[in-house]
Amino acid sequence: MSASANAIHRPAGMAAFLRTMTRDPRAALGLGLVVLAAIAALGAPLIAPYAPDFPDFVNTLSPPSAAHWLGTDELGRDVLTRIVYGARTSLFVGILSVVVAALAGTGLGLVAGYFGRWTEALIMRAMDVVFAFPSILLALAITAVLGPSLTNAVLAIAVVNLPVFARVARAQTLVVRQLEFVEAKRALGFRTANILLRTILPNILAPVIVQGSLLFASAIITESYLSFLGLGAQPPTATWGNMLRNAIGFMEQAPWLALFPGAAIFLTVLGCNLLGDGLRDRFDPRD
Amino acid sequence: MARYLLARLIALVPILLGTSVVAFFLIRLVPGDPAIALLGLDADPQAIAALRQQLALDQPIVIQYVTWIGHIFAGDFGRSVQGGRPVLPLLLGALGPTALLAAAALAISLAIAIPAGIVAATRRNTSADYAASFLALCGLSMPSFWLGVLLILAFSIYWPILPASGYVSLTADPLEHLRHLVLPALTLGAALAAATMRMTRATMLEVLRSDYVRTARAKGLPRRRVVWGHALRNARIPIVTLHGIQLGQLLGGVVVTETVFSWPGIGKLTVDAIFARDYPVVQGAVLLTAVAFVLINLATDLVYTVLDPRVRLS
Repeated sequence: MSASANAIHRPAGMAAFLRTMTRDPRAALGLGLVVLAAIAALGAPLIAPYAPDFPDFVNTLSPPSAAHWLGTDELGRDVLTRIVYGARTSLFVGILSVVVAALAGTGLGLVAGYFGRWTEALIMRAMDVVFAFPSILLALAITAVLGPSLTNAVLAIAVVNLPVFARVARAQTLVVRQLEFVEAKRALGFRTANILLRTILPNILAPVIVQGSLLFASAIITESYLSFLGLGAQPPTATWGNMLRNAIGFMEQAPWLALFPGAAIFLTVLGCNLLGDGLRDRFDPRD
Repeated sequence: MARYLLARLIALVPILLGTSVVAFFLIRLVPGDPAIALLGLDADPQAIAALRQQLALDQPIVIQYVTWIGHIFAGDFGRSVQGGRPVLPLLLGALGPTALLAAAALAISLAIAIPAGIVAATRRNTSADYAASFLALCGLSMPSFWLGVLLILAFSIYWPILPASGYVSLTADPLEHLRHLVLPALTLGAALAAATMRMTRATMLEVLRSDYVRTARAKGLPRRRVVWGHALRNARIPIVTLHGIQLGQLLGGVVVTETVFSWPGIGKLTVDAIFARDYPVVQGAVLLTAVAFVLINLATDLVYTVLDPRVRLS
């Protein structure tokens, strides 16, 4: 397949996308799990049986029952409710950090790939340096220095993922900038910003989106690591990671506190990975 | 080979320089005076003034960096806020347990991933392939601390045969050391195994379709020899590459695993230092881990030039 054919992807409609996804059983399962997590996040106040911080001191550490399907924690708070609200935090951090990383990383990759020379060298060596750190450690160091909070967690995860988008965008830009329609716009005297944003950008978006879907899963896991270590959103905000952190002290008396939030992370990330695999199969003709 | 090694080492210089700049600026990002961040809020004002002078904090930022990197090259990573011990011996003391844990995780992951990947590739589209691939995907989707918690629930609480946390030195009691090592090593090794298994399967599928494998089969070589002797030999390069990258990421993964299992390695030291606001230790650990990460990547490059001379020649 020629380079141009590889680079240019025709945008598919939502109906076509859904048809493709549902035809592949793995992608369909992934889509189902992600949609479930999204429904939990968006409809938390409607779905959750209790308020997330409502303490029921009569039923502390009670096992799963008809009143509390997934049991209660040491303050009598309903685990199911907190998992549903935790979906909000996890998905919010996952989406926002990937969007921030995608916007900044794609911008940098676009500029590096288009201008080349020292601009490219400067940007890509900076990205190499970020890549030289194990991602969790870098995210940990950033949140440790800036202070534990939801905003800083988003920022830290975005910084960690920045080089991935920059590399993908640069590689695609290198291919697209040589194509005839880009040459034509240059010859016609279009401004550089116009060429970058209106001609090259739309043609490099497909792999960036696929990368985003794959990194979304890892962003959720990184957020859960940070929360688990006490460096993400702070209590009483419910996150799956800080629920697990809390559960460590009660593993013998209340194992459900550790089982269910972990299962929520696992199923959501599994859904993202299955969906990501499906998207890659759909958009990446090399596979 | 020497020329290749030299070229790779030269290419590392800007990366290592960059990592040191990041580690240097970590302390500068802490709100307030870096000298107070390094010595702690309760530090003596005279000590703070002395450190400000020692670190050249009244000088331009470039001079501050040069002063700091000079201290690092002299082995002076500063002193821990807690107890005032030098940071370098603290870091080196924690490296041993982390190296043991990483080595055990690596061994476990290879023992699981290579046979599973080969079975999945040689029995493509069978239930064995589906099961191995699904388990690998589950391994990739599972946060390691949750797997650690599940293992503790299973093997320390419900079936108490292994300790849930702690560390016994290998020289003090080898058997107890191994018993303490099993659960954290399994936790770390599982994620590593998942990615490696997927790569082994994909690479073996490609290699098994190649002409030389078809020739080996046509010659009547036993299937086992074709797969393990001929196909695996050429499939090793991408597997080693991925494993090298994964091993580097494992340095990040130990942070969480060591915290769950109270394993006194570099990861737990970092987390404890973060909560104690012991920034000299955090800075030293970040720098040391990043350098180790870069060197592991270099070692990976060198290993595959040994496995495949074509890489070196090109």
